[in-house]
Amino acid sequence: MSYVRDVGALARKDLLLELRARDTLPAMLLFVAATFVIFHFAVPGAPSRLETSGLLWIAILFTALLGLGRAFVPEREQRTMDGLVLAPCDRSAIWLAKSIATLAFLAAAEVVALPLYALFFHSVGGTTVAAVVLADLGICGVGTFLGAMAVATRARDLLLPLLFLPLAMPIVVGAVGATVGAPVVSSPGRYLGFLALYDLLFAVICWASFEYVVAE
Amino acid sequence: MLTARRLGKRYGEKRVLRGIDLALPRGGFHVVTGPNGAGKTTLLRICAGLAQPTEGTIERAAARAQVGYLGHEPLVYRELTALENLELYGRLYRVPERRVRIGMLLERFGLWDARHERVASYSRGMTQRLALCRVLLHEPELLVLDEPYSALDEAGAELLDAQLNELRGERTFLLATHDPARVEPLATGALALAS
Repeated sequence: MSYVRDVGALARKDLLLELRARDTLPAMLLFVAATFVIFHFAVPGAPSRLETSGLLWIAILFTALLGLGRAFVPEREQRTMDGLVLAPCDRSAIWLAKSIATLAFLAAAEVVALPLYALFFHSVGGTTVAAVVLADLGICGVGTFLGAMAVATRARDLLLPLLFLPLAMPIVVGAVGATVGAPVVSSPGRYLGFLALYDLLFAVICWASFEYVVAE
Repeated sequence: MLTARRLGKRYGEKRVLRGIDLALPRGGFHVVTGPNGAGKTTLLRICAGLAQPTEGTIERAAARAQVGYLGHEPLVYRELTALENLELYGRLYRVPERRVRIGMLLERFGLWDARHERVASYSRGMTQRLALCRVLLHEPELLVLDEPYSALDEAGAELLDAQLNELRGERTFLLATHDPARVEPLATGALALAS
């Protein structure tokens, strides 16, 4: 129970910081909206669902990358990570709280992204929404973990995409497979299952090893 | 409370600490002095549990929850208020009667009236006072203080003197300073690091 309270306190802090500084969310919203407008003009005519699914996931992935790159900025700029690391709470609570905060920002960006996708390209069905939810969990969990690793290095801005994008490939495969649907994919449910399995596997890995990322 | 034997630390090829022996009994007050670059901060970070030595051993009787560390940075969030910062740390350290304790510390360090202001609007001295509140919030057994007087005006320094006097003997202190004369009456031991 105290673990949940720690996560709650840390996530609340991250949301409050964003509410005050407004560094991340406006950038993510602007980026995702601009990306869809660009795609709309870059792919004229009536592109197929297969093509536009790829565009949707490119937009989501890079919007998430924008948020993930900023996730540990307050800790880096204000050197507060020492304070969190010294606190007697389980260090994985720091990862979980950051992941929750990043997930909230990404979900807010998707509230704009999905209607824009529907407006410019194709309607958004229940399977796509389920794929977005499952993909978001994986993106934020893995991305936050890698963000904590990258923030300790000098090449942090370069390192995060280099580490994150290869690890996000299975997410893109699963998400596009679930979004495209029939007749290209016979059973999108299998892709959703694949995304859920990815989330579970990486959540366990990140949760168990975050301690070693933040400790010297 | 704290025992270090032949402690050393390297960052790659650079050796920043070598052969440090330290025995800090419970209730002791050790002062660490030395010129810039002598390794005071590195030693204190190791003693607080924030860094690992590359040579030697360190035994700490205090658990993580019983260590209070004040470094060069205040370890508070600038976009949060003093109250919000202390609330956060109070929750993480599971401080009993958190609100009362926070109020008492803010009052003592002269920050009560500014408790709802963001730390970004604080002066350096006020931020250092808040950092001291953070360190003392969970009533740690072992206090590791790196240059605690830095940025404090005379009133702030006197407040800290009074606090150290009050806690001396009850708590264990490891304090690094460039002004050892200030804490000399309190000290039970000293460690001078050479450059």
